[in-house]
Amino acid sequence: MTVPTPRRAGWRGPYAWIVWGGVAFFLLNLAALILSVVVNSFAVTWFGSWLPSAFTTAWYTDAWREFGLAQVLTVTLLVALAVVGLALLLGVPAAYALARRDFAGKRPVMLLLLLPVLLPPITYGIPLATVLYKFHLAGSMSGVIAANLVPALPFVVLVLTPFIEQIDTNLESAARMCGAGTRQVFTRVLVPLVVPGILAAGILVLVRTVAMFELTFLVSGPDSQTLIVALYSAAFTPGIRAAQAIDAMAVVYTLLSSALLVLALMFVNPTQIVAQVKEVTPE
Amino acid sequence: MAATGAARVVLRHRLAERGIDRVLLLLVPAVLVLVLLFLYPMLYGVGLSLQPRAGGGVLANYQAFFRDSYQSSTVWKTMRLALPAALVNVGASVPIAYRLRGRFRGRRPLTAILVLPVTLGTVLVADGLLRYLGPKGWFNRVLLDIGLVHEPIRLIYNYWGVLFSLLITGFPFAFLLVLSYMSGIDPTLERAAATLGAGPWQRVRHITLPLLTPGLATTFILAFVLAFSVFPSANLVGEPANETRVMAIAAYQAAFEKYDYSMAATIAVLMGVFELLVIVLVLLWCGRLYTGSTGGKGA
Repeated sequence: MTVPTPRRAGWRGPYAWIVWGGVAFFLLNLAALILSVVVNSFAVTWFGSWLPSAFTTAWYTDAWREFGLAQVLTVTLLVALAVVGLALLLGVPAAYALARRDFAGKRPVMLLLLLPVLLPPITYGIPLATVLYKFHLAGSMSGVIAANLVPALPFVVLVLTPFIEQIDTNLESAARMCGAGTRQVFTRVLVPLVVPGILAAGILVLVRTVAMFELTFLVSGPDSQTLIVALYSAAFTPGIRAAQAIDAMAVVYTLLSSALLVLALMFVNPTQIVAQVKEVTPE
Repeated sequence: MAATGAARVVLRHRLAERGIDRVLLLLVPAVLVLVLLFLYPMLYGVGLSLQPRAGGGVLANYQAFFRDSYQSSTVWKTMRLALPAALVNVGASVPIAYRLRGRFRGRRPLTAILVLPVTLGTVLVADGLLRYLGPKGWFNRVLLDIGLVHEPIRLIYNYWGVLFSLLITGFPFAFLLVLSYMSGIDPTLERAAATLGAGPWQRVRHITLPLLTPGLATTFILAFVLAFSVFPSANLVGEPANETRVMAIAAYQAAFEKYDYSMAATIAVLMGVFELLVIVLVLLWCGRLYTGSTGGKGA
């Protein structure tokens, strides 16, 4: 019996080639799919041939002007940053309380935090939209921010709770012994230690909020659309916009969100995502 | 005065023994926001669904939903998309993540390439599917040119288009989770099995898979949640009038096309109920399958 050497484990083995063949097939088709959108966004016209006859960058300037991309991008960033800020402001103290205390009634609180993560956004999005319309909040930026806070806040708490649990309580006790008040313990000891977790949670919320379609779609008005909603509206009403301009916009969206993902991967390692997920399964 | 002060201290100590003290005040703002923005609307929605617009009893909306086959068939149509999509995404992630555990050259870039499609966004994937798999798209051209088919096969504006879109957007997510669960399993366990004479297949069957089961259940649930709320792609690459009229579309149409918020709330509630039903079934099945503790990080 040979013990597998770690260095070669990935490329060898009886089924390895089947697996890598499948991966290669998937990636090949995916690359072709992305390429066909990119090619189309640069095409003058493209119909029924292998490649378009002539290329242009006009669709990008077109999309920028016609869709009011400057405004849409501003709204997207403002909404995302506001959601991140509020979720962290409310979520970090809550995560601390959950990490440090075991109290009667903790289970209902955990359930309240898990349900928004587990339920499909449409399920609470539609009643939430009705409520927001009732209070005349829907159709405005504050409505969009409120709706996006619903999945973001539990997400922050669930990511940060195990993170704070790892921090030794002795550190806090020591700080108190040296005469620090609660506020000082929080700002001088805890927050600096939790900063990596806060960054990770914040960036993941940013990525998720930019990608969140359903909730924003249900509560946004013409002036409070985020990029993904504007993109969907353009794609769903065919004939009004040129297909190439829509593709150009889709490329812009993908570039924005992959920039955010690359940023996220610089701070987050996958095990932190699992630490959050671990909380999601009540055994 | 002194007596009441002492009583207060005693009370505070008693509460503190049960974990209730001032630290819990930190929890209040977050819980308050969730109660206002999540719990209240949810309950409001349930209440709304019990007050049918057309009258006729508390449960009239639910009866109407199940009696009208155009509405009730959406449950089956949603399941038919979400279950296979989640199963394939998790199932395909396992062997790939298994090959990618441990350290070897090319691991990091390969992982990054497999995760990156997460950023594509449903609209780009939908647009791409329409171009690439369309009758004049590259995929059909290749099939026609090598003579595999004689006319273009129809893969968009039907069930398959939506399924492909769910596979592309859901796979990176499932893969990332499975990979991190897989790397949480202590590799020495497998080596110990190998020194005891277990072959590669036996090691997978008796060591890796049992340790991975809880993680796989979690991943399946999250992948299912993601696929279950399919909405944009069902509209863009599917056949939203018929074959891919999923529950989300039915709820949306009730709310914003017929302005029947009561019916929309009904469908939204039913969506949540059916989804939680699947989650509970998975957890029960998994609890029966899995006994004992893993000791690995993937537990």
